Amino acid sequence: MTAVITINQLTRHFKETVAVDQLSLEVHAGEIFGFLGHNGAGKTTTVRLLNGVIEPTSGSMRVLGLDPQVDGPKLRARTGVLTETPSMDERLTAWDNLSIYADLYGVPRLQVSGRITELLAEFDLADRAQEKVSGYSKGMKQRLALARALLHKPELLFLDEATSGLDPIAAHHVNDLIERLARREHHTVFMCTHNLVEAQKLCDRVAVLEHGRLVALGTPAELTRQYVRRLDVEIEVNEEQEEGALQVLRSLPRLAISEPVRTNGALTVTLAGHEAIPDVLEALVHQSVRVYRIAAQEANLEQVYFALHGEEESVQ
Amino acid sequence: MNTRAIFAIIRKDLKVVSQNKGVVLPIIIVPLVMFAILPWVLTRAPALVNIAGVSSGNVDGLIARMPAGLQGALSGLNINQQITVFFLVYMMAPFFLIIPLMVASTIAADSFAGEKERKTMEALLYTPTTDRELFIAKLLSGWLAAIAVALAGFALYVIMANAAAWSQMGHIFFPNAMWLVMIFWVVPALPGVGLGVMVLVSSRAQGFQDAYQLGSFVVLPVVFLVIMQTSGAIYFNVTLVFLLGLVIWLLDGLLIWLGSRSFRRGRLMGA
Repeated sequence: MTAVITINQLTRHFKETVAVDQLSLEVHAGEIFGFLGHNGAGKTTTVRLLNGVIEPTSGSMRVLGLDPQVDGPKLRARTGVLTETPSMDERLTAWDNLSIYADLYGVPRLQVSGRITELLAEFDLADRAQEKVSGYSKGMKQRLALARALLHKPELLFLDEATSGLDPIAAHHVNDLIERLARREHHTVFMCTHNLVEAQKLCDRVAVLEHGRLVALGTPAELTRQYVRRLDVEIEVNEEQEEGALQVLRSLPRLAISEPVRTNGALTVTLAGHEAIPDVLEALVHQSVRVYRIAAQEANLEQVYFALHGEEESVQ
Repeated sequence: MNTRAIFAIIRKDLKVVSQNKGVVLPIIIVPLVMFAILPWVLTRAPALVNIAGVSSGNVDGLIARMPAGLQGALSGLNINQQITVFFLVYMMAPFFLIIPLMVASTIAADSFAGEKERKTMEALLYTPTTDRELFIAKLLSGWLAAIAVALAGFALYVIMANAAAWSQMGHIFFPNAMWLVMIFWVVPALPGVGLGVMVLVSSRAQGFQDAYQLGSFVVLPVVFLVIMQTSGAIYFNVTLVFLLGLVIWLLDGLLIWLGSRSFRRGRLMGA
């Protein structure tokens, strides 16, 4: 796979604060890469570094084969950035905003009008193109900012909290668009977010950042397997044997790590990972409990995140 | 140099400024008062002098205390004409310099600090423009607007001063050579001072108002010139105005050099 971004030991200090600390990772062409971390974890600083807007304290990086420090303008002509705040000129109309940025990004003059029309229609803003942006809702501003980031058809798109503050419908629309850009139009998307549900749904791979340090990297599935050591399962047994099943589960404290409870005609219990499932099943069967169904609830990035966060806290 | 990007930023800045009443109103009202209303008030000065009971001897005494060059410029005119020329041509000259300085400072405060305040700077920094192109574009938007307003104000003043003084002068007496040197040599230099100061001030200012207040001291040298001219300590003639322009151009060079050093993407991003 072609690496679109290669970061090696990247570090950025702001006086005494270390915003990005020895960060190393690769982002591959065509993937949606999630960059997770709480506020102040170093996500936005990394985006600024990768676009040559600020300089690193140490370390190196290549983005689209270019060094952001040396080839900043060339690089920025090939990337699009949606900043955390939409940062539109609110005294101007949507059309003016896009037309000025089309000039700044060097969109061929003859294509400017058509491209703006296309994007405004795409983002459902065509009817209000000649209105000042100050009258727009937050969702509309965010959509317009995304349209601006896409004006010049960038190969690599940085999205910093793309759906922050949007209502669920607007957020859904933006997420659909991100997915389409990556899957159908083959853009690479570098997505900073602290919305873990969104990252789980959209991202091919994610990196988790804590205090500027990379603490985890992989696909959502890999990370859940690696970091989530608790697994909630539902076990459906013969109704008359429920009491016996409860006793079996209680007799396995190292495998069934929570008190089993009856819910919706099944028993719910937390196991100590995937590996505990066959042993629990074997114990139940050994006691002649008839097991009709055993269903593990999929672990998610939220659990990974909290597991990692817990580790970080304990390290400190 | 990406001229298309430079003109896009100029277009953006001027469009944004034109939507801000707090910026546009002073830019329109101050020149209108100075160049459209004041000539009519000043041409009433001879009448006011008579009402105040000042004799022609008193006026002669006043003129006698003025620099020799000014006395020469007023010689051959009757007392009413002397008073009219004294006010409209010589007293107004340093006041005129306030206009390009004020316009440039106001636009620069909005363009540099205002943009930071509105959080629109970040998107601009992610575009392919270089630091130099951004800096030039930001300077030019204030510079071009200041020169345009000053030239429009001058054209208005030429019409109004000649019209208002027609009954006393009987011919087109304005502008003289000193004013032409001022308009085409000093006025183009002055915005640079306002812009240079604002670039330096904006990096420390939190927003438009903050920058505007911090940078307002830039008009003090012009106020000083007004006082010097009014008191008769100096007299705006071609040589003095040319030298004044030279000093301002040199000051422009220094301020812009200092400004360009502080105008770095990382700094603008607050890094």
